[in-house]
Amino acid sequence: MINDKNSQKIVDIIRNYARKHSLWILAYGTGCGAIELPPTMTSRYDAERLGVRGAATPRQADLLLITGYLTTKSLKRVIRVYEQMQDPKYVIGFGSCTINGGMYWDSYNTIKALDRYLPVDVYINGCMPRPEAVLSGFAKLQELIQDGKANGAKEYKENLKWYRDNQKKVITNWKMPEYNW
Amino acid sequence: MGEILQYTWGAIVSFVLAFFVGITYMGLSRIVTARVQNRIGPPWYQNFFDVFKLFSKDTSIHHGIMHHMGPAFMMVTAVMSLLIIPIFNGGSFFTNLNFHGDLIFLIYIMVFGPLGMALGAGQTGNPNSAIGVTRGLSQIVGFEIPWVMALVALMIQYKTTSIVDLMNIQAETGKWLMFTSPFAFIAAVLAMLGMFRYAPFDIVGAPQELASGPMSENGGKYLFVMMSSGAVFAFAKLTLYVDIFMGGANNLIILVVKTFILYMIPVLYGIVSPRYRTEQSVRFFWGWPTLFGLLAILQAAFL
Ligand code: SF4
Repeated sequence: MINDKNSQKIVDIIRNYARKHSLWILAYGTGCGAIELPPTMTSRYDAERLGVRGAATPRQADLLLITGYLTTKSLKRVIRVYEQMQDPKYVIGFGSCTINGGMYWDSYNTIKALDRYLPVDVYINGCMPRPEAVLSGFAKLQELIQDGKANGAKEYKENLKWYRDNQKKVITNWKMPEYNW
Repeated sequence: MGEILQYTWGAIVSFVLAFFVGITYMGLSRIVTARVQNRIGPPWYQNFFDVFKLFSKDTSIHHGIMHHMGPAFMMVTAVMSLLIIPIFNGGSFFTNLNFHGDLIFLIYIMVFGPLGMALGAGQTGNPNSAIGVTRGLSQIVGFEIPWVMALVALMIQYKTTSIVDLMNIQAETGKWLMFTSPFAFIAAVLAMLGMFRYAPFDIVGAPQELASGPMSENGGKYLFVMMSSGAVFAFAKLTLYVDIFMGGANNLIILVVKTFILYMIPVLYGIVSPRYRTEQSVRFFWGWPTLFGLLAILQAAFL
């Protein structure tokens, strides 16, 4: 009874409903986008209406925001942060820099496409996305969570080798603990 | 046998009640904060979503046994103090495990949870946790003094160490202790500001400087236990205040009204305040609150 498919479906719907309405964000303030978050959270746009709320540490967060270009140096920290987060976890990439490099497309020390290194659930385009766009990105992520399609973390575990190879290609001094999930 | 069953049922019902009321109060305080900041704020049931989500998160953190036990200590403290504090006036169903001397027992048990949490936080090895623990313990040293002074004043004045006796005295004379021992009430309310850890006394878990302090390594189910124990403990403390100072409550509506008014004191004081440093916080509690505590003892001894 507990383990049959239909009851599991009902449990999933309830769980996803709670998850979608309670997104605790960890804003990794890279690039120009960190400055868009205060207006998103404060009185003008008030993202707390949607259940979005800041988390203090990776352990408590559900949603990692990569707010702009990532240098190879901070990529290492971002990977550590992402792997310390607890499942289920999601990633949102802000701005064209995370999509294809944006105006840093020929820079020697930034990464170009974020999803070669981390599984990204939602991209928000723009340079820089305004708070309205950020809110619409949250709404899109909520939709995906409700449909059970925000499976970035699962994908990361399944293709860990591919991601690791890509990460090691750009991070030359790789000294990190190896995880075995 | 029947008695044991009744106690068990009473415990379960009061726990569920405390959980729901406490979590709802947390949600309401978020709405109040949002309104003060000119925002709309989350719905009142937002914290139920948060709690449920935290419960359904996977948890793969291991720092050692004490780290697993820390949140459990908090929960044990919350439930124990809830079971000792009578929820309604003379309610036979909710009259839980109170006994003579339970006020003294409460003074001890209320710091048991933070101490257990401190051990757990120490084992994570996170420097933020260690700083948070030292701050928290200094703050406890601060607000325990006026709090214990207020309780001792009541004990001297009414020659009893039992909460039920204090409630009966209020029921017989028809006067609330907050009017007959005003200094004790003021000292206790000022100590409550520290107990609830809203700003300006949120130095323990200061998110901006300490990354939430002792709980910085706790995610998922640990945080679920901590949030729910916080809710239950808040309800227990508010009920204690209502019991010993405001004449207790005869039914649920009166209890909710009284506890909510009390709860708004630290919340509203917190919204308009920045954060103290540790020594400022300790100095605050050793100033006026302790003076009021002394006055309360003098009043109890000589009037
Ligand atoms: S997309 Fe534009 S605004 Fe965003 S980080 Fe890149 S350059 Fe800055």
